[in-house]
Amino acid sequence: MFPAVLAAAAEGEQHNPLIPAWPDIIWSAVCFAVVLFFFFKIALPRMQKLLDARSEAIEGNIAKADDAQRKAEAALEQYTAQLAEARAEASRIREQARADGQEILAELKEQATTEAARISASATAQIEAERQSALVSLRSEVGSLAIDLASGVIGESLTDDAKAAAVVDRFLADLEASEAAAPSARKS
Amino acid sequence: MFVARRAELTAPKQEIALLETAVNLLVPSATGDGGFVGPTINEFFPEVIAFAGTPFEINRVILIRFFAIIVLMLVFWIGTRRMKVVPTRWQSIAEMGLDFTRVNIAEDLLGEKDGKRFLPLITTVFFMVLFMNLTGIIPFLNLAGTSVIGVPLVLAIIAYCSFIYAGINRNGGRFFKNALFPPGVPKVLYIVVTPIEFISTFVIRPVTLTLRLMMNMVVGHLLLVLFFLATQFFFFEATGGFKLFGVGTIAFGLAFTLFEVLIAVLQAYVFAILTTVYIQLALLDEH
Repeated sequence: MFPAVLAAAAEGEQHNPLIPAWPDIIWSAVCFAVVLFFFFKIALPRMQKLLDARSEAIEGNIAKADDAQRKAEAALEQYTAQLAEARAEASRIREQARADGQEILAELKEQATTEAARISASATAQIEAERQSALVSLRSEVGSLAIDLASGVIGESLTDDAKAAAVVDRFLADLEASEAAAPSARKS
Repeated sequence: MFVARRAELTAPKQEIALLETAVNLLVPSATGDGGFVGPTINEFFPEVIAFAGTPFEINRVILIRFFAIIVLMLVFWIGTRRMKVVPTRWQSIAEMGLDFTRVNIAEDLLGEKDGKRFLPLITTVFFMVLFMNLTGIIPFLNLAGTSVIGVPLVLAIIAYCSFIYAGINRNGGRFFKNALFPPGVPKVLYIVVTPIEFISTFVIRPVTLTLRLMMNMVVGHLLLVLFFLATQFFFFEATGGFKLFGVGTIAFGLAFTLFEVLIAVLQAYVFAILTTVYIQLALLDEH
């Protein structure tokens, strides 16, 4: 290659590197135009689209995070509300239970009171009945005792006195009268 | 414009002379038996491959440029094909590249709104220069697409038109007034200031943009060629102890190959950031 170049140089075909040749200029301009077109119409618009997509994605993520936060806050609020509700419910149930308990207690107390009253009444009645029966039996016994005693007293006096005969007669009549009245008294 | 043309006319001769002396200075140590041939400027003007004689002649340099932009578009085509919010490997490479021009250059200097407006231009300038620079160290290509004046010149003209457009669009006629008659300077000094401002803003800017990029790539290429030719020469043509020099030259060649990667990225960055700074200065609203 170099001998050829040297020969060319020797023939006086010396090039001046600072004088541009037309083909040089034309093809350089063509290269520039092609590359400019390429960047202007293809590469840079694609790049711009990417940059837009990227910033959009970042903004999208921020929006998504906001959304998630809002949701979390809503959930928290809901939980809090539920918790409060549950608490209220529990206290309501407790209150109810207490009221129920008191009611039951009162009922029981009343029942007991009634029962006690009933028992006491029945006891009173029984006592009364017993007293009545005791009174009746006592009266009859006292009667017989009195009769015995009276007959003892009267027996001694009756032996000698004519007056005594009249007393005995009256006593017997009384006795008959009281015996006639006794069954009606027993029935009551 | 006159000044620019004069600069263009005088600069090349100086540049060639400089390159020749540089080559000649480096070469003599090796030209003991006259077998060593150094690289020449004709490296950058290979034979025409297609469409010879028309303005659409294609040579190796232009094929290298085609290759560079095809790779560039493939990388970003694949990288941006199915973009997901969580990036895949290819996508993160493309994203990293596009984010670099978007955040570190365009939005950093121009702000969000104007940055977005000029982003396609800035991205194109940066990646076109970067990929064409990198062909300089790719085996079998071995020539930067930006080392021939066409690409640097076209990009510089576009940067030039862009900042003038940005200025007129934003400030109308005041753009030229602000640029040529800076406010706050005593009126008498305009005799001195205005020509300086005119040359520095409207002449020097495109010229330096072009030459900085192109010369970096030209010199890088020539250095690499020189190192590897010298290695070849020392190993296979030199005799005796001179063969040892070959070890040094190949080591330098490898080191400078890595250095060229840095230069490629740096020059792409410088070109893109200067384009952006010129636009930024034009957009400034000075009263």
